[in-house]
Amino acid sequence: MSRIELKHIDKYYGNNHVLRDINLVIEDGDFMTLLGPSGCGKTTTLRVVSGLEKPQNGVMTIDGEEMINADLAYYAEPSKRGLNLVFQSYALWPHMTVRENIAFGLKIQKLPKEEIASRVQEALRMMRIEEYIDRYPNELSGGQQQRVAIARAVASNPKLLLLDEPLSNLDARLRVDMRSELQRIHKELGTTIIYVTHDQVEAMTMSTKIALFKAGELSQVAAPMELYMNPIDLEAADFIGNPRINFLEGKAIYEGGKLRVRCELDSYVFDSSDMTDEEVPSGEFDCVVAIRPEQIHIFEEPGEGRIPVQVYANQPAGSETLVSLRTGNSDFLSKQIGLAQYALDQTVYVSIAPEKVNVYNAATTRLIKRAR
Amino acid sequence: MSTKKQRRPFNKTRLKNQILNVVKNPFNLVVAVSLVVLFCLIVIPLLQMIASTFLVAKGELRRIHGAQVGDFTLYYWKYLLVGQMASATLWGPLKNSLVCGFFTVLVSVPLGSVLGWLVARTDIPCKKLLGMLVVIPYMIPSWCKSLAWLAVFRNKTSGSLGFLAGMGIPIPDWLAYGPVAIVLCMSLHYYAFSYIHVQSALRSINSELEEMGEICGASKPQILRSITIPLVLPSVLSAIVMTLSKSIGTYGVAANLGNRIGYFTLATKMKNFINGSPQNVGYAMSIILISLAALIIFANQRLIGVRKSYATIGGKGGRSTEMRLGKAKLPLMIFLVLFLFFAMVMPMFVLVMETFQISTGGGYGLNNLTLYNWIGADENLAPYYTSYKGIFYNSEFGKALFNTIRLTVIGSVITAFCGQFLGYICTRGRGKWYGSLTEQLVFVPYLMSGVAFSAMYVAMFSRPHLGGLIPSIYGTFTLIVLTSVVKHFPFASRSGTANMMQIAVELEEAAEINGAGFGKKLSRIVLPLAKNGFISGFMLTFISIAKELDLIIIMMDKRTTTMSYLAFTYSQDGMNQMADAISVCVLMFILICYIIANRFGADIGKSW
Repeated sequence: MSRIELKHIDKYYGNNHVLRDINLVIEDGDFMTLLGPSGCGKTTTLRVVSGLEKPQNGVMTIDGEEMINADLAYYAEPSKRGLNLVFQSYALWPHMTVRENIAFGLKIQKLPKEEIASRVQEALRMMRIEEYIDRYPNELSGGQQQRVAIARAVASNPKLLLLDEPLSNLDARLRVDMRSELQRIHKELGTTIIYVTHDQVEAMTMSTKIALFKAGELSQVAAPMELYMNPIDLEAADFIGNPRINFLEGKAIYEGGKLRVRCELDSYVFDSSDMTDEEVPSGEFDCVVAIRPEQIHIFEEPGEGRIPVQVYANQPAGSETLVSLRTGNSDFLSKQIGLAQYALDQTVYVSIAPEKVNVYNAATTRLIKRAR
Repeated sequence: MSTKKQRRPFNKTRLKNQILNVVKNPFNLVVAVSLVVLFCLIVIPLLQMIASTFLVAKGELRRIHGAQVGDFTLYYWKYLLVGQMASATLWGPLKNSLVCGFFTVLVSVPLGSVLGWLVARTDIPCKKLLGMLVVIPYMIPSWCKSLAWLAVFRNKTSGSLGFLAGMGIPIPDWLAYGPVAIVLCMSLHYYAFSYIHVQSALRSINSELEEMGEICGASKPQILRSITIPLVLPSVLSAIVMTLSKSIGTYGVAANLGNRIGYFTLATKMKNFINGSPQNVGYAMSIILISLAALIIFANQRLIGVRKSYATIGGKGGRSTEMRLGKAKLPLMIFLVLFLFFAMVMPMFVLVMETFQISTGGGYGLNNLTLYNWIGADENLAPYYTSYKGIFYNSEFGKALFNTIRLTVIGSVITAFCGQFLGYICTRGRGKWYGSLTEQLVFVPYLMSGVAFSAMYVAMFSRPHLGGLIPSIYGTFTLIVLTSVVKHFPFASRSGTANMMQIAVELEEAAEINGAGFGKKLSRIVLPLAKNGFISGFMLTFISIAKELDLIIIMMDKRTTTMSYLAFTYSQDGMNQMADAISVCVLMFILICYIIANRFGADIGKSW
């Protein structure tokens, strides 16, 4: 239950500038996910918050209390920050039983014996692993170890729970289970959570907010759906979403409060109310039209607003079908729910809702027209 | 946004916090203390020894006209390099050292590599047993081997006959003593380097690489030549380097087998100077010895630094299929059995039997056998045997046993602790300046052979320094312990590093986040996890100090004699049965320690 504020955080390893002027506010009760490809600084940010790394510049407060002030070389100790961390490797102490692992921090806090016992029980109950209390970590499966690691972290009643790629060592099925488990913990405890992952599905499904990282910088902070609908630049658009978003090169011109866009697929006119604050060049300029695959609907019959295209390939996969389409020199992908069968090179007709389309300035790669 | 760090204006609170950050973290204190200690124990003695070769010492006042003690002089270096005796003091022994080193490599590396290949990669029978037997010779101290060699080959030149001479087989001096004997003796010891290196390299290489060659149509010799050998070449090269630098610096073997016929190597000659005069010439020789070893090791790093890396590439797949030897199996088995018989069984048998003989070379008839050498108590009978009482009634033996145990226990406890500590600093300081500095400082004693290293300490501590703040501890037991400890730093800290590497940093960080301070972190997390590695590291240091002769021989006197030194002096004095009996005791002691160490998962291959 706490509000974390990071201001102008810079972190260097030698001459390597790994965090560049990070500014981020995490509201009380948020499930904030730090998302990005590996090496983008998200784990470093988490370690800065935890106190395991000391940034060279910047200030961090938790509930208004200063935890980092690099100007004064002040860094509060990790244990004084009221937080706990679940490591990617779980970091369970192999020479201690599950009980001892969970009780370790509580013993250091010198809590009374009965309270330690009840807190251990409570944490185990929450993670549904009571029966393993006297096992050693190496006698548990990966998923069980994961639960112990989380139980150890929540046993200390942290105001802030940090999770560093906790699901990356689990198999696909366990991952789905643990995702719902984590969601429940967040609700039950009401704790603020910072969660690091490179897996966008994890980010989309669990978080209340996502901070997208790119090469040590924060490129976008938004709610999951907003991030999905309106990625701030081409790179973010490309990173978020599976299958990938379609990019179509085009030309755009902004005049008389209207944005006119043309690409090989279609031409559009957008109202200025849909536009972002990005500055738009005068005259005609290169743009990129971005369309999510699920926004491209395929019909076998021609109709109003439907555009004829050729089927290039067809991948039915049970619950969904991916159809590669081609018009002129542009390839793009459509995703349909359920099974669909098209012959290769068949002509089909697609319809796209203009309000679902994003437009980017090709020169700056920034979003200029939002989707609704 | 700037990409450069800016300088901040001065700020009092900031400075206070910065100082607090450093001081409040005990880890920094630990690092600082150990760096200072390493500096005092390694860098300063080395500089001190180098300096002393340029300063006039008391002993040479008469020879250098008008000089005062402590004046700058080139006398010692001139004496050594261009003086009338130069060829006898330096060039002759240097040539002998190099020749011995070269031929030791020539014999031991192919031998060890083939053995390593047989055990790691072929379907030779009884592999487990063979793997164990093959490293046993390595557990035996090299000076014990030289005694065993003498027990077999001794001839009239050194008074009493050996096993072969006793059977009436004439043994020429060139076989019994000197270069041939030294080379063979050292080879039978140092082949273990190549064996261990090649064997572990082969184990780490995925056999799929070889199978791929087979699929491409290569024959077995072709696979061996163009895939297997290039992949293990880096480890063979580093085995060559280790063997070369070790054998050049070896004292015990060279002294036992060379001194009797006036065959000197750099190491043995140097010892004569340091225990005689002019001492500073001995130090100069020790510098040459150190430079030689450093040169070899650095040349090795330059040459194969890059290539070394691929010894571990195949580490992923643990699968390893054995090569079928087919018709070659029988001859190879015979070779192995003969090797083990002649390298281990026979010399050890002769050595042990000699301790029961009245006159060596007198055969094993009952009339020539006695227990007197072990438990003879009657002084009047002594002249009839070896002029001393049997070792169990011999006060010198008791003293030596006590000294050995005292030295070994104290030395190895300190070394093992320091090693774990240094290993902790090295691993946690990876990539930071103090980590690499510690690693480099700790590596320095590795460059020095035992005699050269102790020469350095003798030079340092034979007189007081800093106005008596560091007193002269020459001839004391303390100095011997100190020397043994520091000399074993590289090895102990390497085992400490390996041990600490297994403890993931996250385990410590998790404790930190849960509120554990530095002390709690060490006592509750690091120490319990390091326990097993610590014990095996401790046992290996223990054994290594117990069998040490080269390192402490310069510092020995009547009060500080250890078993290895006693055996050495008895042998030099021609009391072979007594010398043999003591080495049998040392051997038993070492074997027991190895068995215990093995219980704790110690790897013999990691010991020296």
